[in-house]
Amino acid sequence: MEAVFAITLGIMAASGVYLLLRARIFPVVMGLTLLSYAVNLFIFAMGRLGTGVPAVIGKSTEYGDPLPQALVLTAIVIGFAMTAFVLVLALRGLGELRTDHVDGQERRK
Amino acid sequence: MALALIIVLPFLGICFSQLMRSTRSYCALGTALTPIMALGLLLAERKTVFSGQVRIVNWPWLSDLGLDLSLRLDGLSFLFALLILGIGLLVILYARYYLSESDPPGRFFGYFLAFMSSMLGVVLSENLLLMLMFWELTSLSSFLLIGFWNHRRDARRGARMALAVTGGGGLALLAGILLIGHIVGSFELTQVLAAGDTIRAHALYPLALILVLLGVFTKSAQFPFHFWLPRAMAAPTPVSAFLHSATMVKAGVFLLARLYPALSGTDWWFFLVGLTGMATLLLGAVMALLQHDLKGVLAYSTISHLGLITLLFGLDSDFSQVAAIFHIINHATFKASLFMAAGIIDHETGTRDIRQLHGMWRYMPHSAALAIVASLSMAGVPLLNGFLSKEMFFAETLGQHLFGSFGGIIPVLATLAGAFSVAYSLRFIHDVFFNGKPVDLPIYPPHEPPRYMRIPVEVLVLICLLVGIVPGLTVAPLLNAAGAASLNGPIPPYSLSIWHGFNTPLLMSFIALTGGGLIYFLRNSLFRWHESLPQLNSLEIFEHVQRALAALARKANKLLDNGSLQRYLVLVLLSALTLVAVALLPLDSLTGSVALTQLDGITILGFVIMALASMATVVFQRHRLVALMPLSAVGLMVSLAFLRYSAPDLALTQLSVEVVTIILLILSIFFLPIRTPIESTRFRRGRDLLVALACGVMMSLLAYAVMTRPYDSIATFFLENSVSGGGGTNVVNVILVDFRGFDTLGEICVLAIAGVGIYGLLHALRLPFPKRDYGGRTWSIDSHPMILDDLARQMLPMALLISVFIFMRGHNLPGGGFIAGLITSIALILQYISHGVIWTQERQPLSYHGMAGWGICIAGLTGLSSLAFGHTYLTSAFRHFHLPLIGEFELATAMLFDLGVYLAVVGATMLILSNMGHVGQDECKEVA
Repeated sequence: MEAVFAITLGIMAASGVYLLLRARIFPVVMGLTLLSYAVNLFIFAMGRLGTGVPAVIGKSTEYGDPLPQALVLTAIVIGFAMTAFVLVLALRGLGELRTDHVDGQERRK
Repeated sequence: MALALIIVLPFLGICFSQLMRSTRSYCALGTALTPIMALGLLLAERKTVFSGQVRIVNWPWLSDLGLDLSLRLDGLSFLFALLILGIGLLVILYARYYLSESDPPGRFFGYFLAFMSSMLGVVLSENLLLMLMFWELTSLSSFLLIGFWNHRRDARRGARMALAVTGGGGLALLAGILLIGHIVGSFELTQVLAAGDTIRAHALYPLALILVLLGVFTKSAQFPFHFWLPRAMAAPTPVSAFLHSATMVKAGVFLLARLYPALSGTDWWFFLVGLTGMATLLLGAVMALLQHDLKGVLAYSTISHLGLITLLFGLDSDFSQVAAIFHIINHATFKASLFMAAGIIDHETGTRDIRQLHGMWRYMPHSAALAIVASLSMAGVPLLNGFLSKEMFFAETLGQHLFGSFGGIIPVLATLAGAFSVAYSLRFIHDVFFNGKPVDLPIYPPHEPPRYMRIPVEVLVLICLLVGIVPGLTVAPLLNAAGAASLNGPIPPYSLSIWHGFNTPLLMSFIALTGGGLIYFLRNSLFRWHESLPQLNSLEIFEHVQRALAALARKANKLLDNGSLQRYLVLVLLSALTLVAVALLPLDSLTGSVALTQLDGITILGFVIMALASMATVVFQRHRLVALMPLSAVGLMVSLAFLRYSAPDLALTQLSVEVVTIILLILSIFFLPIRTPIESTRFRRGRDLLVALACGVMMSLLAYAVMTRPYDSIATFFLENSVSGGGGTNVVNVILVDFRGFDTLGEICVLAIAGVGIYGLLHALRLPFPKRDYGGRTWSIDSHPMILDDLARQMLPMALLISVFIFMRGHNLPGGGFIAGLITSIALILQYISHGVIWTQERQPLSYHGMAGWGICIAGLTGLSSLAFGHTYLTSAFRHFHLPLIGEFELATAMLFDLGVYLAVVGATMLILSNMGHVGQDECKEVA
């Protein structure tokens, strides 16, 4: 199962990185979102994949690692805030510079 | 304290010079005030110094870096401080008359005092790093002084060149000093001077020596770094008299004298210092004769004399060391007076061209007599101080034995340089003061300068004579003290008498005098020969090199920084890939020892959907709205994956964040173009694909390699202490609100800052938005679409109820402030979507700013309250409340912190989303 998980992670990361390298802000934000999904899963997986072992005392005999989970939980929320900030920055840029190119200006021919 | 005052007083004097800058006389008076006091303080120390004692004071500063404010007064620093203050005061008097009405005196004297202070700092520092700081200050303040007439292009260029050369040398010197400090283990001179043998035996000695010498040679204008000095003659003449005779250029040779016990005594020293000195001596002497500018002659003559001093240090005997210091004194006196005399002539005639200046004796006999005496001293004529040190120099060239069978060449070259020195001195005397009548003088007829302008020259010439006639009564104690301090030990017996009998040095002097006369007689053929040579303009070469360097830097910069974010990103990603690859290379096998978990069909299906949806996002990326659908599918599958692998909290968070993220993206599409144009080249897309695939592969390999290996977790601590220490069974939540509560506080702060930042960015932003959608349909203007409206109204109480439920159970079961906050936000945002911003805003007058702020306050104050009970911030409050009231009350403090988290999340999220919602809607107010 780990192999399937790892390969999926790789595909998500590759898709994210490809979008991250685009020239317009919207695909970049989508790429950022995909990449953060992948990275969150990656960090989560550092606590290993356990089935039926939630870190709630008394609910099972064994427990998964709660620390990566706590880290990822805040990472998800902060990731949202950062995505929002990038998008709004892009909107402001659109208002000021009249372009959504990541360089802040249309490519010179 | 007195030592520090000597340095600080001239610096404080800048205030006086500025306060009294109304006229030149007042300004000069105010300027002279503090150096006089400093001179008094210095002279008060003469007894200690002449008795051979060394005074060291130390204030700890950055002791860990080896940098302390420690100062040193011994014979050598006394001598230099005396030269700086004494000649400095004379120059201040001289400058009062030299400066014209249009020159701002305040600025001139301010720079002057700043330079004087830095120079005193150089010679009085005990700590080498401290000395280097003053050294750099002299470079900077001399830049200001040389460029004082900043309306003149030659002054600006000359100043820049001087700064570039001496500043560059300063950098080398810094490296050299750091190496010495590394070898010795201290930057204090006392330790460094005592560690000469350690330094010379060290493998890094040649490097340290070369670096230090680079600093010395650039500062003291030694070949091949001499070219800046003639260009610095664009400075006002008082500056040249001070900087280029007695102080700035002497800083280099001062350092040679200072570090002599630590660095000298090796072949490296002899060849580097001696040969550089020899080359500079000859080159300077020949070039001085070929100049037609009065100050040019003096500049090259200064270079030549500095070469002589350097050569004496290089000859590497204790006696030559004393001779070098003696010549430093003599050169300072006669060269400063000559510069001043040249300034007087320039001032009174309006030109410095020797081809125009003839017969000045007739117009200014008094000044001429002074200049002639000083020139004769420069030529080394008996009964003047220049003769004494030149005799010592000739004697030393005979005594050296390091050159083996070629030893004879040094006295020959020295005599040749001496002859040229006589020749240019003769030219200074004969061409300028006699030799016919002046030619086309700008100011005619010239006359004597103001009475007081001559006084400094008279004083210096008097010193030349006194030292030359009765050296034993005048300079001997100073020289003894300085020589002993420089040698860091007893000085060899030497004689200062004028007459040593008929010996070889006297013969060499005689040859030099007659030879010099002969060369002067033949000067016109020399000039013709010089003019037939290809002319090298050092300034243009220098600036050409500078421009070429700048162009190269721009090119190199352009290679990395071409303004394209995409390229930066590729570079960053490739670097990261390389680093990870290098780190992973030692790995033997990809699969570790831990057994893989069982494959199961449903989960594989989930992962396949996740992978396919990711790829679909890329495929459909140009249709932005369409691409959002697979993107949100990925997000949902991620939350399912969290659920599948035992992380219910993460699943809930991911699910709710997913909703708000997608709402956010849809909101932005409203303003951004609906489609992405194709603009990258095929090559570029191929490159990006390769980079992306490499990143993906690397991530897969890394994840796989880690997951199949055993690891040592600190999770046990949290699992064991969660109930007893944190009072909750949901360990993830307990970590967030208790164990790592401070991190969480930081995170909600970031969230709130992002919210406020977004509010600021969107403030007063008006974006044009399309009246029709991409299909050409007009947007619906119905602000209460019936189905959505009804649903939203019924959803609100239910959603709020659920969020309360999630919040309450959070400490023991999956849930908590983060998730509850997100659910509340979604419920609220649904109202905005279905009813419009204005309508909703009127009915829920909540301040989201306030909410986020209160959230952070509550969370922070909860933490602070534990301080009141004598426990550390945030963590221990539970333990305290846990003991008397089991269960309920203990939960309450955790909940209070979580309530803060909840409020901050709701406030920040709503700030973000509600403000995004009304951009471009002129008629509605911003949601505060």
